[in-house]
Amino acid sequence: MGDWLRQAWTVARKDLLLEFRTRTAIVSAVVFTALVLTVFNFGRDPTAVATIDLAPTILWVTFTFAAMLAMNRAFQLELENDALEGLLASPLSRTSLYWGKLLANLVFVAVVEVVGLPLFVLFFDVPVAPVLLPLIAVIALATVGFVAVGTLFSALVIRTRFAELLLVVILLPFLLPPLIGAVQVTARLLGGRPLSESAGWLRLLAAYDIAFVTLATLLFPFTVDE
Amino acid sequence: MLSAEGLRHAFGGGRGEGGGGRIVALDDVTFTLEAGQTLAIFGPNGAGKTTLLKVLAGLIRPDAGRATVAGGRGAIGWIGHQSHLYGHLTVRENLLFWAALYNVPAATRAQRAADVMQRLGIAEHAERAVWALSRGLAQRAAIAKALIHEPRVLLLDEPFTGLDLAAVVLATHNVGEGVELATDVAFQRRGRFVQFAPRGGRGPAQIADEYRRALGEAGG
Repeated sequence: MGDWLRQAWTVARKDLLLEFRTRTAIVSAVVFTALVLTVFNFGRDPTAVATIDLAPTILWVTFTFAAMLAMNRAFQLELENDALEGLLASPLSRTSLYWGKLLANLVFVAVVEVVGLPLFVLFFDVPVAPVLLPLIAVIALATVGFVAVGTLFSALVIRTRFAELLLVVILLPFLLPPLIGAVQVTARLLGGRPLSESAGWLRLLAAYDIAFVTLATLLFPFTVDE
Repeated sequence: MLSAEGLRHAFGGGRGEGGGGRIVALDDVTFTLEAGQTLAIFGPNGAGKTTLLKVLAGLIRPDAGRATVAGGRGAIGWIGHQSHLYGHLTVRENLLFWAALYNVPAATRAQRAADVMQRLGIAEHAERAVWALSRGLAQRAAIAKALIHEPRVLLLDEPFTGLDLAAVVLATHNVGEGVELATDVAFQRRGRFVQFAPRGGRGPAQIADEYRRALGEAGG
């Protein structure tokens, strides 16, 4: 394992251990996911719009906002005792720091999605089983893009006032392309259409991931260095 | 070992010349420290001491000049105003985390952490979460974190803050080392104190003279 990746894993493991100890953010995100799905379930008229048409949007809006909770906590936990200063003064490369946060956020969001998907099926009774594997692949593809951008922006806003609000405001426009792509592919999958029909959207999601993981890795040092 | 050449840094305003409203933190700071030297910097709040240390630690890129530390970041132990410790991790977990970041070999990390905790008198608090420690113990844990990788250069920014020390005993063969900080001075030879007296207003040179005289009278 490369030295930078080993260091990234050290950071990610520490973040996950901290989250395991406190469980504050993961519990908040899971409860948030359950509440949003509940609200959408009872706040819609199934006779006006078919569930199958509405479900993909509900799923992705829920995942997007739950992911934002994860981004918010990524660097907030480094403010305690100014641990961020210690990280920046250590031999840890900025790339390793970014990738460590990215990995921890991916695990965090994946846990929320693992809990959220069965709840989604339970509330909306959509035929997920026949398309479970491609659906998981789409969720993974979109999540990488979300988290790559969100991790970068959470570092950018962490020392500002109203960081939580600012993150949502600047992050949402950047999440639109993967959000649209994910909704389109999910709608086609749940509608029983072949995956090949979504090839264009899948390419968009993959291109977004590659572009933003690369860009965020390159730009991250500028967000944390004084 | 450590050098600063023409360091200049200011906060606020633009970076260009004549930036209005800028607070000058460093203005042409130049010095070199060789191995074995200790530099104590005194100055009122806002004098730029912390900025200088942050530049040396690589945390701030100066507007002008260059700071060099032999061995780079990995050679520096840094104790800042904050402990850099994670409150919900235990002291041992914190030390193991920082040891990994400073590339201490995995096989020796646990022993290194145990040794440094022992030296600082916090071994019995190893499994306590940092948030549950008193301020003094947390500061000792912060010092342990700074020493875990056996740094060649130590940067100490207000290191005694929070340490609930009633007294400090500094033992050294170098008479000049730490004399200015001492309230009392003792000379020891062959197990015996040959002199023990308040330092008063005497400086390092006077103390060094007394030291030579006292040891000479005591039989070389």
